[in-house]
Amino acid sequence: MKKSGLPADTLKQLYATMFTIRHFEDRIALLYPEQEMKCPVHLCTGQEAIAAGVCIHLKKEDYIFGTHRSHGHCIAKGMDLRSLAAELYGKSAGCSRGRGGSMHLADPDHGIPGTSAIVGGCIPLAVGAGLSSVMKGDGRVSAVFFGDGAVDEGTFHESMNFASLKKLPVVFVCENNYYATNSPQCARQPDVPIAERARSYGIPGKRADGNDVLSVYAAAKEAVGRARSAGGPTLLEFETYRWKAHVGPNSDIENGCRPADAHQRWLKKCPLEMFQRYLREHSSVTEEDLELIESRVEREIDEAVEFGKKSPYPDASELTEYVY
Amino acid sequence: MPWTNIQADDSRSPVRFGSEEQPVRELSYREAIREALSQALEMDERVFLMGEGIDDPGGVFGTTVGLMEKFGEKRVMDCPVAENGMTGVAIGAAICGMRPVFIHMRADFLPMCMDQIINHAAKWSYMTGGKVKVPLTIRAVIGRGWGSAAQHSQSLQALFAHIPGLKVVMPASPYDAKGLLLGSIAADGPTVVIEHRWLYDQKEGVPEKPYVIHAGKGAVRREGTDVTIVATSYMVYEALRAASELQLKGISAEVIDLRSVQPVDEGLIIESVKKTGRLIAADTGWKVCGVSAEVAALAAEKAYDCLKAPVKRVCLPAAPAPASAVLERAYYPGFEDIVRAAEEMR
Repeated sequence: MKKSGLPADTLKQLYATMFTIRHFEDRIALLYPEQEMKCPVHLCTGQEAIAAGVCIHLKKEDYIFGTHRSHGHCIAKGMDLRSLAAELYGKSAGCSRGRGGSMHLADPDHGIPGTSAIVGGCIPLAVGAGLSSVMKGDGRVSAVFFGDGAVDEGTFHESMNFASLKKLPVVFVCENNYYATNSPQCARQPDVPIAERARSYGIPGKRADGNDVLSVYAAAKEAVGRARSAGGPTLLEFETYRWKAHVGPNSDIENGCRPADAHQRWLKKCPLEMFQRYLREHSSVTEEDLELIESRVEREIDEAVEFGKKSPYPDASELTEYVY
Repeated sequence: MPWTNIQADDSRSPVRFGSEEQPVRELSYREAIREALSQALEMDERVFLMGEGIDDPGGVFGTTVGLMEKFGEKRVMDCPVAENGMTGVAIGAAICGMRPVFIHMRADFLPMCMDQIINHAAKWSYMTGGKVKVPLTIRAVIGRGWGSAAQHSQSLQALFAHIPGLKVVMPASPYDAKGLLLGSIAADGPTVVIEHRWLYDQKEGVPEKPYVIHAGKGAVRREGTDVTIVATSYMVYEALRAASELQLKGISAEVIDLRSVQPVDEGLIIESVKKTGRLIAADTGWKVCGVSAEVAALAAEKAYDCLKAPVKRVCLPAAPAPASAVLERAYYPGFEDIVRAAEEMR
């Protein structure tokens, strides 16, 4: 990792976010076999740096849109861990009142209008949010996270086209983990970097190491800055890798879904460990600082899980509330 | 909010369609729509119109003529031909506080947007526990006739009516076209407004002041005692003509304009069927799993004891629309079919 010159507070904030995401996901993986969380979970373990490095540039009122794999995005944008945990447990106090589950997280007070489990589904929504910002003149930036699978979809191209046409304040964030479920990118797309698709829509595109939080930070800073200063949209492609199976708490390597050697290579590129090394070697952040962050986060996760487990379920009589 | 002060017309009485209550000012169906859009744009800065070609001289059958000049291209916005993506853009704007009206020249283009309409617009409120609403209006036109054929003439209301989270309205009269459209724009959820090309020249009295009609209320267009004809959109006129013919044959038909196919005005239909004991459902769409099936099921479930004859349905046969005029005539049912159905029920 290259030296960044970022202040210690920023570095600590990035670390805290990444650590929270990693340990929240790990806790889910641990608790999932209890079968109290009765919804599919798509964990983002291994991809933490992207959510952290992008969302640090966003204000509370800026928008993010996500996918079925968005625990990390929501945590990075400021969602309360208790409301996230309660949602996974299907409780009324969940961020979506137990109606959404893991794949449909919403927290409008933190600029999270929602996430879609349809691949590419949220990309045009983010563009519409950008359009509303311009129409209202409220200066809000809209960022949307999606995977390489979404680049297969028409909505990706339709959204880039329109966002460029109207110069909307949108940051397209592609987390390229090279797989759509278990279909490798090379079976689905020609060998052209995703970031280069931006050129055909007349917008800047940038590819960076998605496991290096400082690379993400730098690329996202430029893109968010461009959006905020009426410079139009940017497409960011971050190369990364999903450690767990497409869905569920386990690895999918043993059953041959993805090759073991590549998995091993990516495990050695752990975004958290890379950043820890960087902090030790190149920053004034101390071991004690990190321990303080870690113990605080672990405590917050404990509280969130307890809250999620103990809080009440929705009443069956409320089944058809919120339909329209 | 500008909409809270606007009067809602909750009536189901037959005051329109040339009753004695003479209107002060007549507007055509197309003019009524244009007036509704213009007033919505004027009243509420969150409202904007989008759609491919909505600013061209024809102005979507005249319904958007002059609006771009009046409100500017940012609020009356020509769009890329990317129906699904642009529906997503409209939804995104709606959930962030705008009130978009997405206009399609043909209802046949809506299947392009099914992912965004069904998976996103219809479900967003529920999936977010009611925290995020989608005040989106989608206008689409049934383009029957003149060889429009299979992809420029479809009546797809049943597809949308099937989906919880959507409302679907089908105004038949100029008065309803204005009120239902304003009601849709005022609503906090997504509404599909389905218009019919053959209705654009219909005229009747339309109040100048804005007013809203909420989805879910039907209207009795003609009172009768022997048979209830529940009709949608253009079929309302065929039903009224059939009712006049039937009167000559000694059959008194009550005509209900459904106006809203999701939700359906159950009470109005049941009440009428209890009175007449006979039901004909006349819809612009196909029979199988169509709106007419829903109306018939309603009678079977909730007014079975009152039925004096099996329910009849007058709808499209199970085929795509043909182009040839001869086949078109055979394809579309009309008042004669409704008259025949009623006579068979005697």
